[in-house]
Amino acid sequence: MTTDVLLPAEGTVPGAAVAVPVPATPRERLARLGRFLRGRPGLVVSIVFVALVLVAAFVPSVLAPGDPTLGVPADKLQAPGLGHVLGTDYLGRDVYTRVVHGASLSLQATVIAVAVALVVGGLIGLLAGFVGRWVDETLMRFVDVLLAIPAILLSLALITALGFGTVKVAIAVGIASVANFARVMRAETLRVRRSTYVEAARSVGTRWYVTLRRHVLPNAAGPVLVLAVLEFGLAILAVSSLSFLGYGAPPPAPEWGSLVAEGRNYLATAWWLCAMPGFAIAATVLSVNRISRALDGEWARFS
Amino acid sequence: MTPLLQVEGLEVTYRATGGQIHALRGVDLEVAPGEVVAVVGESGSGKSTLAQAVVGLLPANGAVSAGSIRLARGRGAAGGGGAGGGAGDGGGAAAVDAGDELTALSEKQLRAVRGARIGLIPQDPTVSLNPVQKIGTQVAEALRVHGLADRRGSRIRAVELLERAGLPEPQVRAGQYPHELSGGMRQRVLIAIAIAADPVLLIADEPTSALDATVARRILDHLDALRAETGSALLLITHDLAVAADRADRIVVMSGSRSVDAPLGADARSADAPLGADARSADAPLGGRIVEQGPVQEILHRARDPYTRALIGAAPGLSATAAVPPPPPREPDAAPIAEVRNLVKEFRLPRVNGRRATLRAVDDISFTVGRGETLALVGESGSGKSTTARLLLRLADPTSGEVLFDGDDITRARGDTWRRLRRRAQLIYQNPYASLDPRFTVEEVITEPLRAFGVGSDAEQRQRAAELTERVALSSSVLPRRPVELSGGQRQRVAVARALALSPDLVVCDEPVSALDVSVQAQVLELLGELQAGSGLSYLFISHDLAVVRRIAHRVGVMRDGRLLELRPTEELFDDPREDYTRELLAAIAGRARTEVVGG
Amino acid sequence: MAVYLLRRVALAVGVLWAAYTVSFVVLYLLPGDPVATMAAGGSDGEPVSPAQLDALRARYGLDQPLITQYGTKLWAALHGDFGTSFATGRDVRGAIGDALPPTLQIALSGLLVAIVFGSAVALVATYTRVRWLRQVLMGLPSLAVSLPVFWVGLMLVQLFSFRLGLLPSVGARGPEALVLPAITLGLPTGALIAQVLAKSMSQVLDEPYVTTARAKGVGEAGVHLRHALGNAVIPALTVLGYVVGNLLAGSVVVETVFTRPGLGRLTVSSVGVQDIPVVQGIVVFAALVFVLVNLVVDLVYPVLDPRITTGAAV
Repeated sequence: MTTDVLLPAEGTVPGAAVAVPVPATPRERLARLGRFLRGRPGLVVSIVFVALVLVAAFVPSVLAPGDPTLGVPADKLQAPGLGHVLGTDYLGRDVYTRVVHGASLSLQATVIAVAVALVVGGLIGLLAGFVGRWVDETLMRFVDVLLAIPAILLSLALITALGFGTVKVAIAVGIASVANFARVMRAETLRVRRSTYVEAARSVGTRWYVTLRRHVLPNAAGPVLVLAVLEFGLAILAVSSLSFLGYGAPPPAPEWGSLVAEGRNYLATAWWLCAMPGFAIAATVLSVNRISRALDGEWARFS
Repeated sequence: MTPLLQVEGLEVTYRATGGQIHALRGVDLEVAPGEVVAVVGESGSGKSTLAQAVVGLLPANGAVSAGSIRLARGRGAAGGGGAGGGAGDGGGAAAVDAGDELTALSEKQLRAVRGARIGLIPQDPTVSLNPVQKIGTQVAEALRVHGLADRRGSRIRAVELLERAGLPEPQVRAGQYPHELSGGMRQRVLIAIAIAADPVLLIADEPTSALDATVARRILDHLDALRAETGSALLLITHDLAVAADRADRIVVMSGSRSVDAPLGADARSADAPLGADARSADAPLGGRIVEQGPVQEILHRARDPYTRALIGAAPGLSATAAVPPPPPREPDAAPIAEVRNLVKEFRLPRVNGRRATLRAVDDISFTVGRGETLALVGESGSGKSTTARLLLRLADPTSGEVLFDGDDITRARGDTWRRLRRRAQLIYQNPYASLDPRFTVEEVITEPLRAFGVGSDAEQRQRAAELTERVALSSSVLPRRPVELSGGQRQRVAVARALALSPDLVVCDEPVSALDVSVQAQVLELLGELQAGSGLSYLFISHDLAVVRRIAHRVGVMRDGRLLELRPTEELFDDPREDYTRELLAAIAGRARTEVVGG
Repeated sequence: MAVYLLRRVALAVGVLWAAYTVSFVVLYLLPGDPVATMAAGGSDGEPVSPAQLDALRARYGLDQPLITQYGTKLWAALHGDFGTSFATGRDVRGAIGDALPPTLQIALSGLLVAIVFGSAVALVATYTRVRWLRQVLMGLPSLAVSLPVFWVGLMLVQLFSFRLGLLPSVGARGPEALVLPAITLGLPTGALIAQVLAKSMSQVLDEPYVTTARAKGVGEAGVHLRHALGNAVIPALTVLGYVVGNLLAGSVVVETVFTRPGLGRLTVSSVGVQDIPVVQGIVVFAALVFVLVNLVVDLVYPVLDPRITTGAAV
């Protein structure tokens, strides 16, 4: 009201503040996207890489037509080169093929983990934030407890009870990150519920369930979805750590974490066995994080 | 006499995504030694940027792209070298005889100017002191960085400075942390910091806009006295032309790009028109520039620029006597639309040291709102005026007392009775940026009450939305837009349209214009007046600003600490206040000193 | 002040009890038959008769109703008795106590690495005006948290032990053996510290009181160290409990990679054989550490932030 700080919180500019250009046509929107991406080569690489990983997860044979479990003993432990781009392992299996096919199990587990965390955590947070009072108090104390136990230990406790296997690992990882979603969802719900426009809606007679559906959910969902993308990266790391420790799919099924574990015994002589699947994990997580940063306001601030 | 500060052709640009933004264009300005110059402008006029540029504290993405800022050494002709000598101690390299070109100084040389030769009094005292450092340390630092005192000496001097700034018990205050002081006291601390090194120029950037009116007046008075004592010049940045008129020798009027919100031109309505294709291109930021400057009397009486004249016309304090009082209510004798009797609201405070205290936010208040009448409640922050409004609307439950609406007791209304009340009494919020769901289109916002009560078919609701936008003087082309695409004034009009959707009998306006620029304030007030005249609406108008209230209210109630001190017809209250507190509030209206001249 | 502390302690005890309960629910209520697993593991795949299983169940109190089991076990836990290991028959508290010292070694050295690396990156990144340096430094943390810890450890071993022959690859003998595990463990944690502190610093540097300091003529170093850091550390402290918990949990992977003894290895082997009492003991121990660290943080808070002690900031 009284300030005229030049770049106010909304990120608009005086003068321009009243005339934000509205991308009216799809064509304009596309042009804006083009400009946005042109200034961010890292983001483009990330998107392309994640797309490739997704292809690998669903139709691996497009990228690597070979059989990931078929070994040619004569070719064992070959360094990366022309014949085998990422080398071969101790049974002569092609590392590239195994990494590509490993994406499937690793990503499946990650998707399950994030879905579990999003649904359970989101509901807890929504309930706590919207109902408030003792419901909020109780649910948030529970969430505090989940936060007091380091995620990987909580996952390990769950695995102890559930047993081994990709899906069980995924559920364990998902439950362990419920707390984050619950907190963000609650904070967002509270923020929106206490906002003036929700009070305004109430004061014109809008019923609570209509307010929840039309005002609270749409306005609170954004940050939670951004968190979901970020948690996707963390879940890949958690899932691969657990499969590295040997709780995931039993061999010979390829899975990124267990591929690194297999390569460990040959670390001194055949570094690529460990390095390549690890690169795949790191690159995927990095790309996902880059995309999440782009979604988290970078796009909105861009004009 | 050589000017103390000379700004010539100053241009400031900001880097932003998608190019550069010109924040200042060709600004020329002079401040003589000991002179008070007020820079007045609305938001976006670049007045704060000007202040930041002079002290060399532009944000990281901003830079001076052309022009010069010269600061004379010493106190000009009168002061001699004595007092100004301190500046040289900090950085001896900055020695230039004809005055220093601030834009050419290195960061290190600038540091020797800041604090020592230019003191800055910032805008919001509640956030401008380091929360984890003691007051005394923060004042002492201003001396120590310029080598004006050692550790022990600076501590003693700090207490002296706090005393000079008018802080009671300075010795005690020096050992306290900022959060233990009130806003007004913190502003005095900041003044102590600004005057610590006895600078030749003080820059005050909206120094009192975050404070209550009575506190603000005392602080500005004290600042005047201090300045008279030391002979330093003052560059006062303010949005309030009335404050400038009261305090300054000369006024500089600045304006930003002619945005949609600008009041200019004869027809306010067309100025507030929604953004068409041409508005977009016309709104390419022009940057802030000076439209007019001159001595106060000249600006007030013989303003040449239409923008200045519009500002003067819109400034509530300045033109208060000239303002047309609202026409009397249409049915003065009819039964009141709303009434509260002995209303009390207590809030439980959080435990402090195990004791639980209660706060009486509203303390035994009774009043009526007549049909077609505007009743205003004025008071400073914490006086309980907003709480009273919420109790009347039954958006909060009173601790005791009664609320009557159209003769019915609604104090304990629940369920359907409560919901029926929502159709007949509406609320307009202070901040139009917060009261509209950012994801809704204007049409969805306006039709929300209709949907809530299932009034009419979809087509009828859309038809009604179009009518309402017309009634609040917006073009129907705003209907598919979202709030973010509208200006503040346009958003408040949308909020008014929403409040009118169900044809209520009573509209409660909670500080409806205080988040808007002065010129837009005038337009929205005018709109509220017209709507009342047209349909016999009743308003309960909550405001901290007596000058605004005078323009719109039939009767005014003054609130303090939860109590209603006096409630009387507007003219009577302004001409012959009974309570001391009311007199104090009236005296604090900026611009009173010169209103007679303007009015006559 | 006393009230403040009492409340915190009560809260801490509550969290511990809840952590015990959550771990009990997870470990004892979820499907899975620990006795069968245990028996199978103990007798090398020979079939075990149902009678033997029942005997085992009786021995560990698993034949009781769950609520009775919970009561008995909680009561014992309150007296410091977390039961005996299914797999080794050892006292759980003793097993954890023995495994703790080597883990503390890497956790503490990891913490040191994390704090030094994290605050250095954050402070230099917010201080420097060199654009590329700032961008590189700001990018480091998000890179570091994206790398799988086990892989970083293995790559460090490959480089420093096998290629360069500078440091031992496995084992726990001597301070050299601590270097690679400490770096592996400290890197992601340090990245977290860097992210939180850098964000907090840049927020604080935008505060109006920093402008006040600059307007006084205070230099950049003074602004950063005297005004910004003191305020920026306060929110950054809230992650300390999380950080220490992370280091403890990180030992699970790091000890496996470097084949060191310790709490992490104990966890891995216990999970492998569904040794419920040990796993529960470790989970509750981690919660205890988290709670204690947060209590210490709560004690330090009033020293750093005067707004808490005087109670005005409500």
